[in-house]
Amino acid sequence: MISLYFFYFFAFTTILSSLFVIFANNPVHSVLWLILTFFSVAGFFILVGAEFLALLLMIVYVGALAVLFLFVVMMLNINFAGLRSGVAQYLPFGIMIGLVIFVELMLAFVPWDFKEETINSITAPINTTDTNTVALGKVVYTDYFLLFQCAGIILLIAMIGSIVLTMRSRPDVKRQNIMEQIYRDPSTSIEVKDVNPGEGI
Amino acid sequence: MIIPIEYFLTVSALLFVIGVFGIFINRKNVIIILMSIELILASVNINFVVFSAYLGDLVGQVFAMFILTVAAAEAAIGLAIIVCFYRLRNSIFIEDANTMKG
Repeated sequence: MISLYFFYFFAFTTILSSLFVIFANNPVHSVLWLILTFFSVAGFFILVGAEFLALLLMIVYVGALAVLFLFVVMMLNINFAGLRSGVAQYLPFGIMIGLVIFVELMLAFVPWDFKEETINSITAPINTTDTNTVALGKVVYTDYFLLFQCAGIILLIAMIGSIVLTMRSRPDVKRQNIMEQIYRDPSTSIEVKDVNPGEGI
Repeated sequence: MIIPIEYFLTVSALLFVIGVFGIFINRKNVIIILMSIELILASVNINFVVFSAYLGDLVGQVFAMFILTVAAAEAAIGLAIIVCFYRLRNSIFIEDANTMKG
């Protein structure tokens, strides 16, 4: 029974904070509401027994993505007031589309039961002896190893791509030239001067 | 499981609709649109994980993990493109991205 109350609590915070994400005037506030949304979604995951994914969601989204968003929002000097104009123009159309999609998705609000064939075709059954993390590891590192490696390559490509996209060479900034430093020799950089005692150079 | 699965599906559907709605009403701000896409991906993740838990099959959680990976990569690339665009045009209005006359 207590888990049902927790479900209602997380559902309330999820929906409310996601509404604030799209209606907040300041994108920084939007990012903070997004963090609350992901925390509530992580609460759902813990309720259904997927602890590893819940904590992964917090680490990846709150620890990495939200900070990335915050950096970009704060780095760019944006006129936020102008960005909000035109909301009234798109509001009726948006509500219409949203209502249609919601009604279609609400066809799922019926008591669910799984077919016999579906239950028989389970490839990685959840057992109670392993913890969630151990069980996931046993599946990911065996059956889905290729996909796991591909996910790593996708992250590498994303990293290289974002570095290449945002890197620029600025002519007005002095940069360290390592080759120039290595190829210096005493004949070009040291000068011997004969200084008389009591006089400066 | 005390909580019926359709409750989770309702919340996930609401989150999805809010994400789509966010794209519609914030048509000028690229950053909010990216956040709305993250909301949509979170709702899909809820569906994957809940069905995985109620069916008793772990594969759904594995897929949710890969979706998380792709979402992170997509957001990183998207934000990098936004930074590039801002350097070129000094704004993040979508209407300024009109070079290709689309």
